[in-house]
Amino acid sequence: MGYLAPVIALLITLLSGLILFALLGVPVGAAFHAYFIAPVSSIYGLAELAVKASPLIMIGVALSIGFRAQVWNIGAEGQLISGAIAGSAMALVLYEVNAWYVLPLMIIAGVSGGMLWAALPAFLRTRFNVNEILTSLMLTYVAVLLVSWLVAGPMRDPDGFNFPESRLFHDAALLPRLIDGTRLHAGILVALGVVVVGWMLLTRTLLGFALRVNGAAPRAGSYAGFSQARLIWVALMLGGGTAGLAGLFEVAGPIGQLVPSVSPGYGFTAIIVAFLGRLHPVGVVFAGLVVALSYLGGESAQIGLNLPLAVTGVFQGMLLFFLLATDVLINYAIVWKSRKANHEIRLR
Amino acid sequence: MDVEQSQNHDLMPLVQMRGITKRYPGCVANNSIDLVLETGSIHALLGENGAGKSTLVKILYGLLAADEGTVSWQGKEVNIRSPGVARSLGIAMVFQHFSQFDSLNVLENIALGMDAEADGRLRDKIREVSAHYGLPLDPERSVYTLSVGERQRIEIVRCLLQEPKLLIMDEPTSVLTPQEVSGLFETLKALAAEGVTILYISHKLEEIRRLCTKATILRNGRMVAETDPKTETVASLAELMMGKHVPTLSQRSPRSEQPSLLSINSLSQEFPDHTRVALQRINLSVSAGEIVGIAGVAGNGQDELMQVIAGEVTGSKPSTIFLGDLAVDSLSAGQRRRLGLCCVPEERLGHAAVPDLSLVENAFLTGHHRKKFRNLGLISYRRSRQFTEQIIEKFHVQCSGADAMASTLSGGNLQKFIVGREILQEPRVLVISQPTWGVDAGAANAIQEAIRQLAAQGAAVLLISQDIDELMAITDRIGALCAGRLSDFFPTDALSIQQLGVVMGGEALPAAFANSGGAVS
Repeated sequence: MGYLAPVIALLITLLSGLILFALLGVPVGAAFHAYFIAPVSSIYGLAELAVKASPLIMIGVALSIGFRAQVWNIGAEGQLISGAIAGSAMALVLYEVNAWYVLPLMIIAGVSGGMLWAALPAFLRTRFNVNEILTSLMLTYVAVLLVSWLVAGPMRDPDGFNFPESRLFHDAALLPRLIDGTRLHAGILVALGVVVVGWMLLTRTLLGFALRVNGAAPRAGSYAGFSQARLIWVALMLGGGTAGLAGLFEVAGPIGQLVPSVSPGYGFTAIIVAFLGRLHPVGVVFAGLVVALSYLGGESAQIGLNLPLAVTGVFQGMLLFFLLATDVLINYAIVWKSRKANHEIRLR
Repeated sequence: MDVEQSQNHDLMPLVQMRGITKRYPGCVANNSIDLVLETGSIHALLGENGAGKSTLVKILYGLLAADEGTVSWQGKEVNIRSPGVARSLGIAMVFQHFSQFDSLNVLENIALGMDAEADGRLRDKIREVSAHYGLPLDPERSVYTLSVGERQRIEIVRCLLQEPKLLIMDEPTSVLTPQEVSGLFETLKALAAEGVTILYISHKLEEIRRLCTKATILRNGRMVAETDPKTETVASLAELMMGKHVPTLSQRSPRSEQPSLLSINSLSQEFPDHTRVALQRINLSVSAGEIVGIAGVAGNGQDELMQVIAGEVTGSKPSTIFLGDLAVDSLSAGQRRRLGLCCVPEERLGHAAVPDLSLVENAFLTGHHRKKFRNLGLISYRRSRQFTEQIIEKFHVQCSGADAMASTLSGGNLQKFIVGREILQEPRVLVISQPTWGVDAGAANAIQEAIRQLAAQGAAVLLISQDIDELMAITDRIGALCAGRLSDFFPTDALSIQQLGVVMGGEALPAAFANSGGAVS
């Protein structure tokens, strides 16, 4: 039943979405086509779906592992931006270099940037018992402001007519394209690798076992000799590192430079993806594709039907809302309490 | 209401359950059971784990619906379809496993269970009832700071506040001192004299003989006997319950002059949470082949001592805890386990086992330190499964298989699994808390026998228990914890239950007594 909840939630979201379109005066059939069919009816569209799904899946898997351990890293968006900044800085430092090692160095920088951003909440949580939900979330806004300042100042393209963006990266600093004529890059392969590694980690390693036990019964974890502080660090480093890598893939892949709007909220949306995928790496793959479609559908509906882009957010919000509601209603029944009914039984 | 009718009312049984049948896929939990409770009687419901007691009681309390059969209340057939209906009839129940909100205080928990306001009036009533029935309880304490014994008092007081006509008690005395048990029995007898009917579920046969006027005995889902327990012996009751002869514990002579395997020197430990009991200058030593008992009423530092020895809390001072000659103060729980220290904490679900994991995974939980469950860093659940099946077979754990979730096992079977998991790791030192709490006679016997065998093979066993009969039956020396202080140790053979009661209260026995009979301190 638990695995059915995302499907039910998806169907209710779809239904509500169509009702919403009808209320907006849009022909329902056309809206459905524009939102769910048109975006994926070409090779280019499918490639775009994979481009959008890769960061969602990567981050979704890493967050799932943390959430299983009851470590609530809400700041993957900030860690993504931080990774993008660090990776871009490496690309710009090596701007004159055209060698094979540029990209690996950028990857190391990106992962480190994301980890650094997650290290602050980890330190505060393990040292001072500060709630990581608040610190990781707030650091996201710091990262957003930091990237805005950097592209307007130190990292601005000197030949860019004062536009707030960095130089375009050289070819050596760009991810290889998988299919010509699309933006599909090697990131999707890494994302699938993350899925496999994440799945192995959770099911077959002592570390994954310790993370699951710590989430399900912390006292049993300390009884078994697992250090809670260490697990908090591991969960946040995994989330931060993966988000940083996803951020680097954005700048070194589809974008090709550092811009203020590195991510259309992938870090936050990945939270929805993690829960929609039942915190299971394989489930996250499907969830990531579905949610990626909501991004494409939003753009397509904006172009084709003149609907506001906010529809994307509405769909994602409804999806999370219905998922949480479905979960609650599967586990609990609503009981209308009637003292009168009890009374009648007594008198029968 | 005229006099004649009122008399009929009194003569009529309070509850008549007729032909109660409840089927589950693969088993019949209750097979056409009759249970008649006379008004004002103290009626025992006896049976091993899985005999169908819980199912029957849950049907009576409205938690389960019977497939067949009828329930009559004061002669009228009723449909008890929810606990709310049961409560409105006047049925109250003290569960073996409590549903309490840890973060709320005693008053709020009681108010929630009664649909009442947590106001001053209720607080005064709680104080009044708890004083009247000798169940000390501070309404303002948070539940998470209470021991199991104290939590049980909340349940009893909550029931008594409802002024029930029928009080169902599931294993109520397992965590009480002899004095407290006597007090509770006085309370129950007084309640019965006031006309309250009591349905008393217990595995303690001696207790049932002392207290109950009637007993219904279940075995494998069927009613096998209805008898007056006062006319039976403990052995005859046990035989009715189990359908076979109960083995007595094997004789075991403690070996003398063995090396100390676990010793604690002047250990003091405070906890940042002020509601926990600070341990003060604890000294003890357990030799190879020895079983040392620590008595005490719940909440006097037992959990804290267990956690410090196990390594869940690492001490600040070096050189207070020794395994053999090695100081282990700075080592983690896992490192201590690898050195041969295995522990069984009191709380089964959530501490000794993870409820939502399978038995295979729960066997891996502590087993991986001492057994080779990993291959090139990857978990081999195949080996953990073999170990699990070994535990299930050797300790007769009743479950649907090695893949059963820990939470689906009954309390007694889960305990057998946990004890089996630790003992089959062949520890050099076993520290075990409340090993037979809520476990039926057959299983308790098996667990105690396993502990004795482990000691006979040369392990040192530290047994922390509130069950005095158990301590008297299987230990070589006994001490008591009171308010975080540990008493001297006394040879079990030379100690009477009354003397032990004195020590548990934190008073010293004459020094000469402690030193007699070869006690080592």
